[in-house]
Amino acid sequence: MKIVYTDVLVIGGGLAGLRTAVGVKQRGFDTIVLSLVPAKRSHSAAAQGGMQASLGHSAMGAGDNEDVHFEDTVKGSDWGADQRVARMFTHVAPKAIRELAGWGVPWNRVSQGEREAVINAERVVITESAKAHGLITARDFGGTRKWRTCYTSDGTGHAMLFALGDQSIAHGIPVMERMEALALIHEGGRCYGAVVRNLVTGELSAFLARATTIATGGYGRIYKVSTNAVICEGTGTAIALETGVAELGNMEAVQFHPTAIVPAGILTTEGCRGDGGILRDVKGHRFMPDYEREKRELASRDVVSRRMTEHMRKGLAVQSPYGDHLWLDITVLGREHVHKNLREVTDICRYFLGMDPAEDWIPVRPTQHYSMGGIRTDHRGESTTLKGLFACGEAACWDMHGFNRLGGNSVAETVVAGMIVSEFIADFCAGSESDINLSTGLVREFVEREQAGLDGLLNSSNGESASAIRSRMEEIMIEQVGIFRTGSELESAVEELEQLLERSRRLSVRNRVPGANPELVAAYRLPKMLKLALCAALGARQRTESRGAHYREDFPQRNDRDWLNRSITTWPSAEATLPRLDYESIEVGDMELPPGFRGYGTRDHIDHPHSDQRHRQIEQILKAVDPNDRYARQAALMPFEHLLPEKYRPRSQRLEIKT
Amino acid sequence: MSSPSPGRTLVFKILRHNPQDPTSEPHVARFELEEYEGMTLFIALNEIRERFAPDLQFDFVCRAGICGSCGMVINGRPGLACRTLTSTLAPEITLAPLPVFKLIADLSVDTGEWMRGMSERLETWIHEQTPVDLHAVEERMEPELAEAIYELDRCIECGCCIAACGTARMREDFVGAVGLNKIARFRLDPRDARDDGDFYDLIGDDDGVFGCMSLLGCHDICPKELPLQTQIAFLRRKMVRVS
Ligand SMILES: Cc1cc2nc3c(=O)[nH]c(=O)nc-3n(C[C@H](O)[C@H](O)[C@H](O)COP(=O)(O)OP(=O)(O)OC[C@H]3O[C@@H](n4cnc5c(N)ncnc54)[C@H](O)[C@@H]3O)c2cc1C
Ligand code: SF4
Ligand code: SF4
Ligand code: FES
Repeated sequence: MKIVYTDVLVIGGGLAGLRTAVGVKQRGFDTIVLSLVPAKRSHSAAAQGGMQASLGHSAMGAGDNEDVHFEDTVKGSDWGADQRVARMFTHVAPKAIRELAGWGVPWNRVSQGEREAVINAERVVITESAKAHGLITARDFGGTRKWRTCYTSDGTGHAMLFALGDQSIAHGIPVMERMEALALIHEGGRCYGAVVRNLVTGELSAFLARATTIATGGYGRIYKVSTNAVICEGTGTAIALETGVAELGNMEAVQFHPTAIVPAGILTTEGCRGDGGILRDVKGHRFMPDYEREKRELASRDVVSRRMTEHMRKGLAVQSPYGDHLWLDITVLGREHVHKNLREVTDICRYFLGMDPAEDWIPVRPTQHYSMGGIRTDHRGESTTLKGLFACGEAACWDMHGFNRLGGNSVAETVVAGMIVSEFIADFCAGSESDINLSTGLVREFVEREQAGLDGLLNSSNGESASAIRSRMEEIMIEQVGIFRTGSELESAVEELEQLLERSRRLSVRNRVPGANPELVAAYRLPKMLKLALCAALGARQRTESRGAHYREDFPQRNDRDWLNRSITTWPSAEATLPRLDYESIEVGDMELPPGFRGYGTRDHIDHPHSDQRHRQIEQILKAVDPNDRYARQAALMPFEHLLPEKYRPRSQRLEIKT
Repeated sequence: MSSPSPGRTLVFKILRHNPQDPTSEPHVARFELEEYEGMTLFIALNEIRERFAPDLQFDFVCRAGICGSCGMVINGRPGLACRTLTSTLAPEITLAPLPVFKLIADLSVDTGEWMRGMSERLETWIHEQTPVDLHAVEERMEPELAEAIYELDRCIECGCCIAACGTARMREDFVGAVGLNKIARFRLDPRDARDDGDFYDLIGDDDGVFGCMSLLGCHDICPKELPLQTQIAFLRRKMVRVS
């Protein structure tokens, strides 16, 4: 049995994993990164539109700061976020942008003087301040009050991931590619590492570490149509669930992006609408202003996706052999802008649709896009229940996104969380509580259990093949656990998924080689994916309200009285076919921003009994504080700076740009 | 949407070999599929795997032409399989793995190890002059310069330029267009402290810019349409001057 030792095992080589590895390495700890694919091919590379950070240097971002970013994030989350974490995040985001700038990300810059832009389908002239010339600029994204999304053309994720990939090489961090974590090694509520399979040779080995970090991204591929890369199967989240100890949070909170192309499901960035693009129906009518007077195409994603679906249900969709769709029109932006600032979009349309988006409208419809749910952690990124296990990035429920994350807040989360969590991991590794006293017998047990599972698949001859079960799961998820949900559909989804899970325990494969074997891989991942699907479906069935991306047609109101909480799922035992579901309440009394109207979507919710009281309390507290000192006002309501690693506590400077 | 003539039958000829398997010999396997509208090589290969060859190996990640995983030789020409619509090809399609890189199996090759080796040798990261103060307003940069750097930063390390390069086939350590482009990128970046003398030490030999025969297979093949021709010519002039 091969055993590899390191201080910090990082599972996942996307933005979150790489930034974590660099962080602990800088603190002097050894680390190894594992990834299914070369790190720079991780899904983070596909992020197009940009990263939110409140620099406030572009004219349309003037006056932006952490407070506004915080408010937008909490409203976006439909009050599901942990507000302290949202504060930690918005505080560090400008620092993350600047760190990445130092590492070479060629962020687009402010160019002084007048320039044309399209806002609300009209050409306007924006005058950029000379004082801001050459500083990092930003574009508009949904659900934000300021233009805050920093970008490099529409290849932001690529530029960020390559800068971080190169930093990890500069720091001499080993990144082991084509390696898949199959199970976590744990005992007595403490995680010690993982059993890992080499995807080329099929060999299993044990990686033991003081701290294990899961940064494996989202689980979008449990849905039939997703913008996610084909490797976003959520296996990292699933191995945490399978410990029976680690908790997952808010698995039913699944985001649909309004504009993926039909039929391929490939994303066209929110930057299309941020830059002025509009949505049209079968008659060519621009319909979003009919529903959302103020934010129009730029309400938050959950709202726009629902409005689009609602509109299509009225028979106003374009019908095609691949199902109904609507149009995204960016021809209004002009050829030069489209070909320069929306280049990936241009390429995607050219190669996958055979058209030029500067000339013709793009066929789009809402498509699964982002997993708000994930491994539940505290503000330090450590699992709430399994010591020594950390998680960050899309795989985690840290929880700054609550029930809906804002565009541009996700790549921002990956690097900000990597910065913060790596410091706490390093602190943990520096203490004696991270010492490992583990018998090799236990390690052997874990490796042998995985080996036996694989051998079982290779040797059984009368089982089912994985692919039919998998397609059925994907269909159930998109049809019954999608944008619009109802109790009866969710009920039948849970029931059928449970049956699929049972069937998935009796699979066999045609191709019996133990090494590289795509069929085997599909077979052992399937039960893991089904467990995640069950967590999402069950969470959705039980949550009899609508919040953020979770929308129940039979319970259309947000219900703060009964549901201001986080869904927590755990997996009770290897034989179980359903997760255990508990709830973690979110306290109104601690909130800086108590629940209210988001500013878009329907103005209709059931109040929490303590909401009014907290609003009054806040008024009282603020009376005693200098109205011009925004830091003091914030600190009086919900102190958070003490929660941050010391090096990230100082305030971020910005130029005050006047317009 | 482009619409191919309906009902074409596509014939795929795929070069297969699994070095992990001692009994495997390189051979061409033949598969037939009915084409439908919007079919890409990503869709076709998955269908072949699903229906005929469960052990067929290939690499796709983003399936959107963004991540660089799916480089392969398509009808003799290196390219990204995921964004190749079958309607743009004749009905007989030959597929082979990218040469130069270590073969994993069938159409899957190890570009990761090759790229990391190149990155380590060329030190393809910003060599900071002074550490960034994370709390202070960032250094300014001319907007046009930032755009010019991004232009070169767009390389996705797909390896197509290497597969198309005569020198790379002959010289194991040749850094190729991908490596030379990276040097051009960091050379342009004022945040990098290195000067032409430093860059000369990295690429001023036959494994670097002087090994390039300027036949420009790379330039025509690069799926991101990077300006490889001008960048390599420019670097060569600069490096000749340093020497
Ligand atoms: C098309 C698209 C566009 C987007 N655009 C934006 C945007 O403009 N702005 C924004 O903020 N967000 C955007 N997002 C979201 C954002 O890109 C992701 O949420 C984010 O990049 C996730 O990063 P990550 O590091 O958490 O995970 P990933 O980048 O997904 O990395 C996961 C890593 O884990 C590895 N891995 C997975 N499972 C295992 C396992 N079992 N064992 C070992 N390794 C494993 C993978 O190989 C990979 O290296 C976009 C998402 C999509 C789908
Ligand atoms: S230069 Fe072009 S062809 Fe070469 S690796 Fe980069 S993107 Fe691919
Ligand atoms: S021009 Fe140089 S790098 Fe490009 S293919 Fe020819 S020899 Fe290779
Ligand atoms: S799969 Fe990513 S470029 Fe083809």
